This record gives sequence, structure tokens and C-alpha cells, in this order.
Amino acid sequence: MVQRRDDLKESPSQTAGPYVHIGTNPNWVEITGVWQGDLGLVLVGPDTKGERVLIKGRIFDGLGKPLNDALVEIWQADADGLYNSPEERRGRADPNFVGWGRQPTDRDTGEFRFETIKPGRVPYGDGRPMAPHITVYIVARGINIGLHTRLYFGDEAAANAECPVLNRIEHPGRRQTLVAPRGEEAGLPAYTFDVHLQGHHETVFFDV
Amino acid sequence: MSDHRGSFYARDRDWHPPAYTPDYKTSVLRAPKQALLSLDNTISEMTGPVFGHDMLGPRDDDLITNWSKTGDAIGQRIVVHGRVLDENGRGLPGVLLEVWQANAGGRYRHHKETYHAALDPNFGGCGRCITAADGSYRFRTVKPGAYPWPNRVNDWRPAHIHFSVFGHAFAQRLVTQMYFEGDPMIWQCPIVGTIPDKRGVEQLIAALDRRNTTHMDALAYEFDIVLRGRRATLFENRMEGT
Ligand SMILES: [Fe+3]
Repeated sequence: MVQRRDDLKESPSQTAGPYVHIGTNPNWVEITGVWQGDLGLVLVGPDTKGERVLIKGRIFDGLGKPLNDALVEIWQADADGLYNSPEERRGRADPNFVGWGRQPTDRDTGEFRFETIKPGRVPYGDGRPMAPHITVYIVARGINIGLHTRLYFGDEAAANAECPVLNRIEHPGRRQTLVAPRGEEAGLPAYTFDVHLQGHHETVFFDV
Repeated sequence: MSDHRGSFYARDRDWHPPAYTPDYKTSVLRAPKQALLSLDNTISEMTGPVFGHDMLGPRDDDLITNWSKTGDAIGQRIVVHGRVLDENGRGLPGVLLEVWQANAGGRYRHHKETYHAALDPNFGGCGRCITAADGSYRFRTVKPGAYPWPNRVNDWRPAHIHFSVFGHAFAQRLVTQMYFEGDPMIWQCPIVGTIPDKRGVEQLIAALDRRNTTHMDALAYEFDIVLRGRRATLFENRMEGT
């Protein structure tokens, strides 16, 4: 026997269910007036530094049908690669950029979209730079524990090739599931990040 | 704060529901099949957004009145309170809790809802609060009803309140549900049944708290939430990357 410890266990996850937006985006499901505006819809203001970009995509189930009842959150560094968080010790992030966004997937098309800025590079634990990326978190009916993944940018081939996190993915083909190809929409660079929950193109999800 | 800024303890995946749980049918097509990529936290997961008390309205934490049109919401009045702790037992301040639930009859205010129970014109079903310096929180609501849902032919959800929890880092992000002491329906529910360990289920059952009832107003339930803890920071300098 050794000394007893009374460490607690993390509360078990439960699915967000089909009605998650009542709690997170009440105005979007016509529960208006409880609070002003849903959180996380707008990331960028006129004073935010950095290159404006669009992030969009859909989340496909195992039979290729887009989820129209999911909730997507993103978390990212500012244009200089600093997080707007008390945990950030390397400098002070852009005060005009929180870096967190939240959107429901569209009821008809299943698409989510964010207007944000392209983040700078942030270091891996050993100091090597990671490629620019956005943390993506997905909950929905049928998902028992929230899914963590990352969006990388299709026009950052050199940075992606040396990213210590991407290179931890054993099968090079699977790395591509995290790389959003660049297009253009409304005069902005638009990156399409389609997420596949299952199948041949199953997205790499993280145990962080 | 400054004495515990290391990376987070690994999530115990055997304590959480697995992704694929065929008794909960929707999970069958929505469960990733490949192994997760294990990653020691980087700064991208060790940081997270901060939510301030100043964003809260005066009735955000009172579901009995925050959507009322002609009077209070109908149902058994309850106060839900407790603390948000980390695995080391420390209270976590500044944690945003967002809650949503069915009304006292078990009906959600939502366009996809198909249960016949009546809508309550004075109940919206959403609330939120931010934990105090010691990690404590409280909100007032009505006890939600059980409801049937399309899964197996006769599946019912036990009374429950959904919680979305923002800790101090994205690694701590958690969505879960709270159940009520003494409800026999808990042990028949396939969503509850996704949790592999009976003790894990018990961790989500709020205790009836007779000491903290509000006289002639509300019963109380006590519900603590535990988020991931983090290592001591002997090697913090390595994270600086400079
Ligand atoms: Fe529910």
C-alpha cells in the first residue's frame, strides 16, 4: 500500500444532443431577448490586425450526409501568433481580437462559416514553430464527447511540411484531412475545411 | 494561479463514453473509427477565451423569469448550485456555464421538437452564469420533465439539464448533462448508458440538498463539475519557446 490520494475524476462527457443551440445560440433558434446576441458570431472588428479570411465547411457523417444540427467552435492565435489568454506568456495579443468563434451548422446545407484573420505561427512544446492553424471543436447529437481537430491552411505548404504536429500523423495521406484548400469568395481568401466523421477520408481527431 | 500552469492531465478515455455506442443509434454514423492523435498539450490547447461577469444580464441565471411573458415559468422551482473544480480539487473561477433544458412537461422550445407535451409560454429553456472566485455557481429554474425520443421504440430521457462548460483552456472544454437524485429513469437511458462506469454516472447525479432550499420558494440540488487538472510547472520555461 502507498499513501492514499483523493484526486477527482473529470466529469464524464455527455452528448450535446439535438437542442444544443438553445443553450449556445438561443437567438438562432428563436429564443430571443434572453440575452443580446449569441456569443462568438463575430471575430473580427475594424481594428483587428491581420489578413481577413473566410473559413467554411461541412461535417459529414459515415454515409456522406452533412450534419445540420452541429455546433462548431474555433480558437486561434492573432496575426502575430499570440493567444488572447491569461496563459499567454510570450507577449500581449491584439486587444481587438479574442480569437474564439462559434457557429451552428446551417439547417439546410450543413455549412458553417467564420470570417476571421489568418493566425501567425505559434511554437510547439520544444520551441519549433507549428504551421499556422486553427483549433476546431465539434459537438452534436450522436457525438458522445466533443471532437478536437485542427485546420491548417492549403497555401502554407512549406510551413505545413515542417509542422511537428502534422508530422506526428503516421500516414501522410491522413495529414491532408487537416489542410483546407484555398479558394476565393467575396474578394476574400476562403478556406474550405470539410470534416469527415468516418470513411476513407476520416478527419484526424486529437486527444489533446 | 501561478503555481499550476503545466500541461493538463491526460483525459481518461475509459471514464468518458466511447464514440461508438450502438444503443444510442445516432452515434453509429457519427463516431470516428480511427485512433485519435495523441498530443501533449501545446499552447493552442492550454489557452482559451475569457468570459467576464460584465457580459451577463441580471436574469441570465434565472430560467424561471428570463423568458417570461406573463408570469413565472410553470413547474417545480429549484435552485441548482455547486462548484466547478479541477481534478486537484481546486475551485475554478471565471468558468462560463451555459445550460439548456426542457420545460416542466419535458418539452423543448425548438423547431425540431416533436413531443406532445405543452409549451410553457413563460419558459425559454436557456441560462448561463460564471463561477465566482471559489468556483461556485448557482442558477434558478424549474425541474425539467422526462421526455420520449426517437431511438429504440420506447426510449425516454430522464429529467436532465445540459451543461456547456468553458474552463481556462480549450483542453478543458466539456459538454455534459446533470441528472436528479432518485430518478429511476437514469438507469434505463441509452445516453446515460454510454458512460462505461456506474461511478461515472453517479458523478452526474445532483444530490437533493435540503439544507439550501429557499423557504416557500425552491428546492435545491447540488451539482459539482470537475474539469481536467494540470501538472505542476517544474518545466514551465520549456513552454516559453524562447
Ligand atoms: Fe435533452
